[in-house]
Amino acid sequence: MSILVNKDTKVLVQGLTGKTGTFHTEQALAYYGTQMVGGIHPKKGGETWESNLPTGSSAQLPIFSSVAEGKDRTGANASVIYVPPAGAAEAILEAIEAEIPLIICITEGIPVMDMVRVKARLDRSASRLIGPNCPGVLTPEECKIGIMPGNIFKKGSVGVVSRSGTLTYEAVFQTTNEGLGQTTAVGIGGDPVKGTEFIDILEMFLADEATKSIIMIGEIGGSAEEDAAQFIADEAKRGRKKPMAGFIAGRTAPPGRTMGHAGAVISGGKGGAEDKIAAMEAAGIRVSPSPAQLGKTLVEVLKG
Amino acid sequence: MNIHEYQAKRLLHSFGAPIANGVAVYSVEQAEEWAKTLPGPLYVVKSQIHAGGRGKGKFKELGPDAKGGVRLARSVEEVVANAREMLGNTLVTKQTGPAGKQVNRLYIEDGADIERELYLSILIDRAKGRPAFVVSTEGGMDIEGVAHDTPEKIITVSIDPEKGVTAEDTARINDVYGLSGEARADGETLFPILYKAFIEKDMSLLEVNPLIVMKDGRLRVLDAKVSFDGNALFRHPDVVELRDTTEEDAKEIEASKYDLAYVALDGNIGCMVNGAGLAMATMDIIKLYGAEPANFLDVGGGASKEKVTAAFKIITADPAVKGILINIFGGIMKCDIIAEGVIAAVKEVGLKVPLVVRLEGTNAELGKKIINESGLNVVSADDLDDAAQKIVAAVKGN
Repeated sequence: MSILVNKDTKVLVQGLTGKTGTFHTEQALAYYGTQMVGGIHPKKGGETWESNLPTGSSAQLPIFSSVAEGKDRTGANASVIYVPPAGAAEAILEAIEAEIPLIICITEGIPVMDMVRVKARLDRSASRLIGPNCPGVLTPEECKIGIMPGNIFKKGSVGVVSRSGTLTYEAVFQTTNEGLGQTTAVGIGGDPVKGTEFIDILEMFLADEATKSIIMIGEIGGSAEEDAAQFIADEAKRGRKKPMAGFIAGRTAPPGRTMGHAGAVISGGKGGAEDKIAAMEAAGIRVSPSPAQLGKTLVEVLKG
Repeated sequence: MNIHEYQAKRLLHSFGAPIANGVAVYSVEQAEEWAKTLPGPLYVVKSQIHAGGRGKGKFKELGPDAKGGVRLARSVEEVVANAREMLGNTLVTKQTGPAGKQVNRLYIEDGADIERELYLSILIDRAKGRPAFVVSTEGGMDIEGVAHDTPEKIITVSIDPEKGVTAEDTARINDVYGLSGEARADGETLFPILYKAFIEKDMSLLEVNPLIVMKDGRLRVLDAKVSFDGNALFRHPDVVELRDTTEEDAKEIEASKYDLAYVALDGNIGCMVNGAGLAMATMDIIKLYGAEPANFLDVGGGASKEKVTAAFKIITADPAVKGILINIFGGIMKCDIIAEGVIAAVKEVGLKVPLVVRLEGTNAELGKKIINESGLNVVSADDLDDAAQKIVAAVKGN
């Protein structure tokens, strides 16, 4: 088992014909055999995307002029977005209108106000949005959507959820090295307004039988980690509990400065790392002081 | 991106918000010339720097008993005397850090007869994904202190972005302030105006502290602080023109030319990392092993060789840097691009400090091969722990 994506997930690519979309679609096809079923381009509908994969074989995908058409013709149930920031919100809205169940937006740098508009529409829809400004979702040996490097994964028992892309890779790499492997890794993204929060993913991992333990990686800014810790504590009281390890990035970040991610800023005395770490520890999540000890910390928790 | 108080007020005024008459000046002569155009008899002389706490701030060059960065004057002569003391000197406030900021601009405005001071800000409520007004009757004070000591005095009014500020929202804010009569009517006009400015100009923060009720019963924006969403600047060339680069770190300006996320810090280990989370974590692990990072630098996803070269040059140009750690876990970013960019930069500017490189993820093997075959004096690291320990040891001379 896994969450969000598996071998039956059929994926459309919005922004397939760009450099980033092409590269990562090739990666998904070559290393994961992900069911990529088509690309979207308003002016190139009817054309075919062709590529020579790094594995030596070649691949073709049909291009449709709209998400709705692509969904009708292919039965796609997911869409990944590589569209540049100025047009990315429109791309998400188009996928919502087409009632795509799972929308994953990789694009970094979308204006916050655009995401406010998207979020209002999303709340009245049946779609789930992951991201934006995220590395995507990957279920080992089944489906890779987004930009995570596939070769560091191993099928296994750890659920990984993170606000940071590259720290997701650290958690995956380290749990692979410890021999644990992953069920699914989800990057929820580094923007202040996003489609999916920690709580949504933690709920899925708690419900997923194959997921035996969870790694949660947060960072400074906002209060999503505190909210997640409260959720974990509440669920534990109801008897739903899995071993968890975590990490919070930005202990050394100065207040008032945005640290790369639009959402990573300590403002108004809120969003600091120490409060988040304390909340997570209080909820029974073992927080590693070092980003290099995530895997080992989880192993310690599992040993009890 | 931040702007000065006088710029923020002019911008809000263009949307219809009530502000005092005022003039921005760069010299004592201008202060004298322009202060005469104000009616008096009360003037306020305000330092224009991108930091809060100016009123309680102290000028480095003046004695401890000298007045702060915001001063009252009762004549044009007093305005001039104050301007002479303030311009060119360094103001240290709670938010500037010990180095302080040089005051190059003053804003001189008409004094107001203040009855009450209120607090208002608009920001994005992350949990709801909506804009929200944050309001309090405790204006004119450090709002973080109010939030800490009396959190019940801070009220958040969430706004439905599809409806905008409704009559109910306005009434709620007016009720929190306890406004009546003309002040209440002013509020009904002002709150939607501020919201409109916030949305249309893609602000990330609009703070009016204080919003005042004057003795004549009217509302006025007495101080204003505005920050803009950097991701939306592409659609606001008028806002970009308000940028004051003298307020920013030279290395950060250089980095912004290459679209690099860079923040200057006080330590001596330069860092080049991909991804904001990993970049922060790299700073954290350096500190964990007993050293201090010189900077935060996220080269971002999909950086070109030229961008990597520029990033490396910015790091090496910092005289405080005694060692460099490159930590890359490639996803979008390909490790071979990093390797080529670093080698190009070293060939151009040389390498005078220890360099530890850790490459993992997309094209990691290729990247390692390029570095190993370059003949450069580079220490390879197996993982993040190894990398952090090696660079800290190198800088400490072990």
